[in-house]
Amino acid sequence: MILDKAFGIHPKALELRAHRSELLAANLANVDTPGFKAKDFDFSAVLKNEMPAMRMATTRSGHIQPENGLVTTGQAQYRVPMQPSLDGNTVDAQIEYGNFASNALEYQTSLRFLNSKIKGLTLALKGQ
Amino acid sequence: MSLFKIFDTAASGMSAQSMRLNLVASNMANVDSVSSSIEQTYRSRQPVFRAMLDQLNPDKPSVGVRVAGVVESQAPLRREYLPDHPLADGNGYIFRPNVDLVEEMANMISASRSYQSNVEVVNSAKQMMAATLRLGE
Repeated sequence: MILDKAFGIHPKALELRAHRSELLAANLANVDTPGFKAKDFDFSAVLKNEMPAMRMATTRSGHIQPENGLVTTGQAQYRVPMQPSLDGNTVDAQIEYGNFASNALEYQTSLRFLNSKIKGLTLALKGQ
Repeated sequence: MSLFKIFDTAASGMSAQSMRLNLVASNMANVDSVSSSIEQTYRSRQPVFRAMLDQLNPDKPSVGVRVAGVVESQAPLRREYLPDHPLADGNGYIFRPNVDLVEEMANMISASRSYQSNVEVVNSAKQMMAATLRLGE
């Protein structure tokens, strides 16, 4: 759809941000669960995969484009703990909370970008 | 929408932590509940947390936490020789609970901090959702 092109990378980024905040919230909820391993994913690497410029060129009809869906959780990786813990839990509340806060802020940034795109489009549609 | 699940996840964290706080309160309240036999004496109670993993979908990102059970500490009770105590047994001993006050205080602080961080997560998620709803206004 033409609107998707107008919005660019931002809807995808927003989706990924929401997904990441879900992961980080799960880490924070399990901060005291014995044996729980904190998970996260590399946001910029995943987003890079989603960018059109990074897609494979398909020159024949038989060529299959890799799935362009939302990041699968298989790409989520275990966090390397900074400090060992007795119960095998690798959640560091400060790190998770810092990541969650910056992720929330970046989510709002993506929203701001989208908003201005929408505003620009509305302006163009109204012509006034 | 996946932001909704954050509320469930954080709420599970809050309820688990409040259960933990509840047990701390119970342990601290009973620190002086002496009795005349080992069986009747209050023992320190501790929660066991477990991640709520979905068996059908182990890679699901939203993993809440639940209290798998409450265990009673098996640490030895403190026996004290107080023959004048009304609850003293035949040999003049009373039994005190195996509650460690220092441990319980540390537990309490940890639980309340974890609870707070879950509340902050809910607040952030709420703001994110509210901003999304205002998109395009």
